[in-house]
This record gives sequence, structure tokens and C-alpha cells, in this order.
Amino acid sequence: MQVNEYKPLIVAFCCNWCSYAGADLAGNNRLSYPDNVKIIRVPCSCRVNPMFVLRAFQRGADGVILCGCHPGDCHYTSGNYYTRRRMALLFSMLDYLGIERERTRVEWCSAAEGAKFAQTMNEFTEAVAALGENKRLEDLRCKE
Amino acid sequence: MQRITREMLTSKAISLLNDGTVSAVLGWREGEFSYDLTPSLFYTAEDIEQNFVFNDFCGANFSKYLVTKTLGIEGKILAFLKPCDTYSFNQLLTEHRIDRSKVYVVGISCDGMADISKIRAITGDGISSISCEPDGLKVQTIYDDEPKTVSYEDAMAERCICCKSKKHVCYDELIGEEGEENPDCNRFGKVAELEAMTPDERFAFWRGELSRCIRCNACRDVCPACTCEKCVFNNPNSGAENKAPATSFEEQMFHIIRAFHVAGRCTDCGECSRVCPQHIPLHLLNRKFIKDINTFYGEYQAGKEVGSRAPLVDYTTGDLEPGQVFEREGM
Amino acid sequence: MQRIGVFVCWCGTNIAGTVDVKRVAEALKNEPGVVYSDNYQYMCSQAGQDMIKNAIHEYKLTGVVVCSCSPRMHETTFRKTAAAAGLNPYMVEIANIREQCSWVHKDMEAGTEKAIILGRAAIAKLNLNTPLTAGETPVTKRALVIGGGIAGIQTALDIADAGFKVDIVEKKPTIGGKMAQLDKTFPTLDCAACILTPKMVDVGQHENIRIFSYSEVTDVKGFVGNFDVTIKRKARFVKEDVCTGCGLCMEKCPMKKVPNEFNLGLDNRTAIYIPFAQAVPKVATIDPNYCIMKKTGKCGLCSTVCTVGAIDYNQQDEIIEEKYGAIVVATGFNPISMDKFDEYAYSQSKDVVTSLEFERLMNAAGPTQGTLLRPSDGKHPHTLVFVQCVGSRCEACAEKGKEYCSKICCMYTAKHAMLVRDKYPDTEVYVFYIDVRTPGKNFDEFYRRAVEEYGVHYIKGMVGKVAPEGDKLMVQASDLLDNKQLHIAADMVILAAAIEPDESARSLATMLTASMDTNDFFTEAHPKLRPVESPTAGIYLSGACQGPKDIPDTVAQAGAAASKVIGLLVKDKLTGNPCVAESNELMCNGCSACEKVCPYGAITYVDKEFRMPDRTTRVRRVAQVNPAVCQGCGACTVACPSGAMDLKGFATSQIMAEVDAICK
Repeated sequence: MQVNEYKPLIVAFCCNWCSYAGADLAGNNRLSYPDNVKIIRVPCSCRVNPMFVLRAFQRGADGVILCGCHPGDCHYTSGNYYTRRRMALLFSMLDYLGIERERTRVEWCSAAEGAKFAQTMNEFTEAVAALGENKRLEDLRCKE
Repeated sequence: MQRITREMLTSKAISLLNDGTVSAVLGWREGEFSYDLTPSLFYTAEDIEQNFVFNDFCGANFSKYLVTKTLGIEGKILAFLKPCDTYSFNQLLTEHRIDRSKVYVVGISCDGMADISKIRAITGDGISSISCEPDGLKVQTIYDDEPKTVSYEDAMAERCICCKSKKHVCYDELIGEEGEENPDCNRFGKVAELEAMTPDERFAFWRGELSRCIRCNACRDVCPACTCEKCVFNNPNSGAENKAPATSFEEQMFHIIRAFHVAGRCTDCGECSRVCPQHIPLHLLNRKFIKDINTFYGEYQAGKEVGSRAPLVDYTTGDLEPGQVFEREGM
Repeated sequence: MQRIGVFVCWCGTNIAGTVDVKRVAEALKNEPGVVYSDNYQYMCSQAGQDMIKNAIHEYKLTGVVVCSCSPRMHETTFRKTAAAAGLNPYMVEIANIREQCSWVHKDMEAGTEKAIILGRAAIAKLNLNTPLTAGETPVTKRALVIGGGIAGIQTALDIADAGFKVDIVEKKPTIGGKMAQLDKTFPTLDCAACILTPKMVDVGQHENIRIFSYSEVTDVKGFVGNFDVTIKRKARFVKEDVCTGCGLCMEKCPMKKVPNEFNLGLDNRTAIYIPFAQAVPKVATIDPNYCIMKKTGKCGLCSTVCTVGAIDYNQQDEIIEEKYGAIVVATGFNPISMDKFDEYAYSQSKDVVTSLEFERLMNAAGPTQGTLLRPSDGKHPHTLVFVQCVGSRCEACAEKGKEYCSKICCMYTAKHAMLVRDKYPDTEVYVFYIDVRTPGKNFDEFYRRAVEEYGVHYIKGMVGKVAPEGDKLMVQASDLLDNKQLHIAADMVILAAAIEPDESARSLATMLTASMDTNDFFTEAHPKLRPVESPTAGIYLSGACQGPKDIPDTVAQAGAAASKVIGLLVKDKLTGNPCVAESNELMCNGCSACEKVCPYGAITYVDKEFRMPDRTTRVRRVAQVNPAVCQGCGACTVACPSGAMDLKGFATSQIMAEVDAICK
């Protein structure tokens, strides 16, 4: 293992019914993904307030990913549809401010998609690692 | 120059006050400077005759004042609303923030308001008085002997140049001519310009703009969509409380969260940018959301119809995925 | 300040193999609020649970963090453990260090570090936990079934047989619905009346069932277990409890030219009428739009001939208010109007009929006593053309028809074609179709019999135009398989009209706060796993109100809905999920955003008086969450601009604390 390898901090919000179960399945099948991915359980992806995403960045996260049930499969019938709109607009806004769009992502992952979960986390971590540390969201204001 | 005159408004106000239709009038009063008018309530004909002002500096959006001013008052308040103000007024009705029966809306046509910073850029600082004359604004500064003339065209606020609608979406009575919606107003021009930049350029642009923020909260306090009983930024349980920012990040958080909170509810009245003492073009954040909403989910104008369902409390099963946001733009 | 105990599980080597559990327990000792931290081989074992219980007593713990397997595995176990030791079960948080840590990482150092962070996040969250108690609400042990077709009948019978009271509200004068109008049923060809009417009699005689016929639901308030329903019993101008259904009034009624809706206007009835012989309740109804007495005040013949004195011309609508624990929607369907399908000459020729009209024309109790005669001249038809998918699968013409498949048409058309050929071998029968869709037990065999044994001409292609010419109907159609145009001189054309939800469904859905799709079919709580429940708790779906269905599917769903209702009504009390949304009224703006996103209709607004700081009072519109209805998704918390809405158990501050702990 390289000593100075940059490890980005990834916060993953997972809905209880599909994606969190998908993450559990990845575990059951021993499908590995980077340990810098930390999962927070929420009842539904629609519980994720844009403020949580921003807060994660504020506190030093390098990437934030939301996982929920596939559209149409939401345990609460419509929660992820709201998530989809909220995050589409939020991510577009972050991009508009010049923040790298690769740092944010929404992925639908069912309870049966353990492999997809692990693969998504691998890809996302790789993409964020390629960007390096998240500086922009921290110093948008401070002009050097 | 406004085609609506002060006299048209004062005579209407006085007659409605006298016949008991309304018990107070929301209008403009002279502030510290002649171009700095203050929204104010008038209760008597005498007060109106002496102190009511109407000119090209009446840009303030009255709708927000009605949220609190209608509360402790018997009878109705007369509010003079420009076309853009009526959108905010309707939006507040949609959100049950104003009791419609407490307001008598007199729609007034608008020819675009003046922006003092544009005038200042022409005449320089030290403006002591401005008078609105038919051939332009006569601006007297403390450094000049003679007043300078600034044309209305040169003085017109950016938000009025790309005015989205001269049509009132709500009124009890109209003064002046009713106008039309202006779908070709190109109000998203600057947003598109920013979108076309590279992320680095955009980042540099916004860093330059937002670094000036002094977190005075004026944008929030003037915003007609920000009428919360308690703002999240003042609420210790919201996780976003910060009256005075502790870190630089919090300014950006503030502006992003604020823009997101009003997304789908913002009528694009432009008050945030008007009152910003640091001249941060905050409306460009709101307009980005409006533009995105229009592109992603179909045209939506907040406040156009009372009771309309805002895009963020609505969905269709075929909405685009957050990942497609960028594919769509071909970026 | 909480007193938190941390328990790190080894799970044998499952966790301990990749995570240094001792180091995790040691590291978490220093976290804020933690007063005790230990590790053990199997926390879920009896010994492990005892360890937690003992620590709760010994260290006076106010909360417990278990670093173990997924909360989906053992959260309930540890909550019960905590409860057994006198702790509120919701003061337990799980850090998932097995599925989401030890099992997916191989490096001991990295695994241990991550486990510590996950533990830290759980502790940070737990520090903000508050004890939660699930609310309990009583259950009214009576069900309401809206709609008295086969769906409503079957649901009501099943619920009533289980020993619960059921009321059926039917807007027509009799129950029976569409099935009562049918002739034979596919794929067995037994007669609809023979299998339906005994069930109708059962309903009428069941001691647990009340029928409110000629009635409508006008208002619904309340929530699961506790609905308050207002029912309007329309005046039928006949005393229901007195009328014997002898029918003498119908014989004597001078107004005999009223279009008979039971026969879809193919013949006439009298102004006082019983829709059909087997109607339940078998009670006459006066149609005030046609009754001479009601319109002119002069007549009164029925009153004179009625030997029991059942006629009451002055009867008024009656409003009933009743409490129910569960509501079943069984509002059914109707064929769509053929107004927009001029190409088939429906409005120009009486001999172009819909399939439901054709059912009546074939029915022994119908206007022609079961002899197939052309409506225009009463002659025997020789050439019949059936047109499939009229208004169904209409992708290009959404404003004209429906995009969906009506599901039942292929089968009933095969049935019609077969019956015609069976009874009248001298006929030629053509069926034009897009596809023949016959999934179902014995369905395809049925259709093949129509083709192979009964010689029905099935032609893949659509009919372009039907034009009346003399006493013939000139049918222009294309045969897609032979790639040629066909011209058929038909005697009758039968249109398989698309079906749509009953028009009463939309307003009912609003009353029930039950969601609908764009076609006005009720949506189910989950398309696969909860197909007979509405997302709104306590509302169940039976029959075609949820989507096009044939009789076997309808009856199966009716039974399923009944079993769900019974499952609810057997409970004395409903224990809710305590992790529900809660509105802070002091901060609520009354903007309705939360109400709009709530999929369950759990949020209502009330005007409430508040004392202001200056000692005045102010009436404000504020949101209130019904904890019995809320399912705890949290959509409202994000929609709320002021942050007044929060979710218990997943509060904004708790999730923020987790974020902070992870990102530290």
C-alpha cells in the first residue's frame, strides 16, 4: 500500500429500504469498496436535506452521494421523485458555482443490487480521488 | 419617467380612505436621501397629501410588508402594486401568508425604475438631490455647481430592462394601462453566459462576487419569499444557524441554502440584488434555479396563479435524473 | 447529558477478523456522553444481551450504542433488550461495522479506523436522541365498502363472514354493478346472473351487512381506524323498509318512456322502477326527472295501487354519519364515451353498438329476450364485425382514448364471437385486432376455440371507417398480415370500448386523500408488495378502481382487500411507528408545502390561537401531523422552508451530528 495515497472522504446517504439494504448485501457477498465511504442511514432519500450535503462538504467531505430506491420503487411511493428534483437542482447549482460536478452524485440502488452498490462506490471514490481535495467549497469566499 | 403621477395615486388613496374602503395606505415616504424612499403606512389624508412620494425610485416590492402589516389592523390596507409586485403578492397568497380580504390592491403600471448605482456611476458620488424631469433625471452632487442630466434609459435598473411582465396578475383596481407579459425579455442571458464558462471561470466569478458578502442579511430581509416565522439561520435546531459566520464557508452555504429555499417560489423580483450593499448579483443564483426549473420541468412562473403547485413539491415519473442534468446541456 | 454505553460485537471473527474490536471499544470510551464501553464475542447472544442489561442498571445508562451487524438484522433485538432493562427502546443506536465495514474491507487498520468513525457517528446521533413512544389509537370495528359491484360484494361478504360489521354504499338503486349486466362470463361461459345473484342475496340477508343503495359518500374525515364518514341517502320516494318489491306500481305507472339505463338505453322503463328482477334491495325507486306526480303534482297512481303504502312523494335526502375503521374503494369502471370516435359511426347508426350494449342484446333478460336482433330494424344480422381496442392503447390519441390496455376486451370479444357463432351458425363473424392478449388460466385455449372450433375470422388490423349505406354498414379495414384493404358489408358492428375509472373516483380520492395515477385509477401502496392498499393508511382497493380487471382478478383482489381489512379490524388498538414527523407550531408558516408532498395525507392545517410576546393573541395557520397516518419518510422536512417540520428518530440535528462525526 502506498503511504501518501490520497484518500477522499465520501459521505453516502442511503435510504433504509433499498440502498442501505443493498449496502448490506454487498457486505453479505463480501464485495469490497473503499473504506473511506461512510454510510448514513435515512428512512428515505427524500429525508436528505440539501443542507446535509452542504454540511458534509463544509466539514471536509470530498464527495457526497445519495442512494435511494429506483424511481417507482420507493417504499413511500414518491419520496425519491422529490429527491430527484431537489438534487438535480442542487447539483446544477453547485456546478454553476464552479464546484466540480463529479463530487456529487445520485444513484438508485435496490436491495438486490449489492454488486451495483459496491461498484458505484468504487467508481465514485475513484472519480473524486482524481479531483483531489475539495478546496472550492471551502474557499469560495476567500480571495487569495 | 413614470406615466403614473403622484397625484393619480394620492387622489385614489384619499378617496378610498375617505369612503372607508381601506383604513391604511401602504406607500412611499421620503427617506434620508431623495432617491432613498421608505415604504410606509399612511393613515390620514393629511399625511398622504404632505408626505406621499411617487417617482422613479419606487422600486421596493410592497408585497412582503403586507404579511405583517395586515395583522394588527382593522379593515383593509391599500397597496399600490407594480406588475412584478403582484407576482410576489400572489405567491404569498398561495403560501397562505397574506389574508387576501385584508388587502385592497391597486395595480399601477410601471415604466421601469431607476437604479441609483447606475446613476452614481455616471455622475459620481456625493449626490445631494435628484428630481425627475420630463427630459431626464436632474442629479445634483455636492461637487458640481450645475445639476447633471441622466436619461431614464441610462438610469434604468437592470431588472427593469429585462422585465418579465408588465401585466398585473392580481388587482382590485388598475391605474394606468395594463401591459403584456414579455417572454422575450432575455432575463437568463447572464446565467447562460456563466453556464458557458469553464468551471474554473465560474468559480473565479463567484468567488469574486461572494467574497464581498458582509452577511448583513439584507437580501433575506427584503425577499418576499423569505417570510418564515423563524428563519433557519436563526434557528439553533436547524443545523444552519449562524447569524454571524464563523467560517468563510458559511457565506456560501448561506447563499446556496437561501437560493434553494426560495427555488420554485422566487418570482424573480430582483429585490435581493437591489438591496445588497455590496452589489452582489444575487438574482443570478435565483435565476439559475428558475432557468433550470423551466428547462427540466417545463415553464413555471411562481406567483402567476394563486394555488399553483411549485415544482419542488411536485414531480413526474419521467423527470430527468440528476446525472442527466449535465448531459442535457451537452457539457 | 446522556450516559451512553457502547458495546462492540466481535460477531465471532466476522467483525473481529478485520476490526480490532478492543481498540474500537477503547477509542469510543472518550467520546462525549460515553460512560461505559466494552466488547464481547456475540452481543446478540443471551450472555451479550445480559451484559447490556447489567450495564444499563449498573452505570445508569440513558442510551446504548451497539457496534455490530446491520440494524436491519438486530436493531429490534437490541431495542427489546434495552426495553427489558427499563430503557426506552428508541435510545438504542446501531453502528453497522459488519456488513458495511468488516465484510467489505480487508485491511485491519483501515477497518478499525472506519469502525471507530461509524461508532462515533452513532454516539453523536444518540446524544441527541429522545425517548420515543409509539402512539396508540383505538379501532372502530366496522368497515365501509364504497361500490356494490362484484368487487364490493365480495369484499363485504368476506369481511362480514369474519364477524365484522360492513356497510356498502352504492350510488345506483341496486347492488350488482357491471357484472349484473353481463350475459355469460369467460372462460367458462357460465351465466353472470347465475353466479352473481346468489351473492347479492347473501349480501342482502347478511346480518353484518347494511346496504345503503341509491346513496353517496359526501365527506370523509379522520384516519386509519377512525374515519368519520358522511353518507347521503338520496330520496327514492319509496319507503325502503315498507316496499315489498311486488312491482305492481311499475305495471300501473303511466310514464313508460324512460330510457332504461340497465339496458343502456336500448329499451324503456317506467318512472317508478326496479332496475332488474334480482335487484338487491328489491325496492322500487321513483325517478323524479320523469315522474308525472313529481313534475306536475298530478298522478299519484303508484301510491294508489301500492297495497302497503310505501310511496312517499315528499321523502327528503337523508344524511347519515357513521364511524368506520377501514374503507374499501370498489368504485369500478365504465366504458368510455364513443363521442370522439365518429369514424365508427356510433352516433349515426343504431347497429353500431358497444360491447356492453351487445351483452344486453344477447342477454335472456335483455331488451330482446336474448334473441340477437339488429337494434335498427329488429332483423337477424348475418355479418358481424367486432372492433378491438376502441380507445385502448391509444398512444397517439391520448385526448381521444386511453394509453393503457383495457385488459378484458380480447377475452369478452372472443366470448361474444363464440356465442354468436354457436347460436347462429349462419353468421359470419370478423374480429379486427392489434394483438390478441389472452394471459390467464384457460384464456388462450378459450380464444383458440373461438378461432379453431367456431370459425371466427380474426384479422390483424384496424378498422379505418364504418359508413352506413342502406341497411348495411360498410366497414373499411386493413389486413396487416395479408397486406390488403378489406371492405365488408356488415349488419352490425360491435366496438370494444376502452374502460375508464368511474367518474366518482376523482372526487372520492380527494376526500380520502388517496392518490391516483394520471388516468384516475387509484394507486396502490406498493405495486408489487401492497397491491390492495392505498398509500393512505386504512384505505383499501378492490377491483377495477385500481386498474382494468376481469372478474377472477377482481374477486381475488376483493378477497385480498377484505383480508387486509380484517387484519386491521381484529386489532383493538393500532400501535404507530414513533419515528414520525412533527411540526413545531411556533415556527410553522402555514405555507402548505409539507401537505403537498406528503404521500399519506397525514398533514392537515388548523387555525390556532397563539399568544404573542406582546401579550396579544394571533390566529395562525399551522401544520399538524397525524402520527397514526404518518409513515416517517421525511419528505415534508425538506419541503418545509422554515425547518418547522422535523422527523423523530431522524431529526435534522441528529443527521447533522452524524455528518459532523464522520467528517471530523
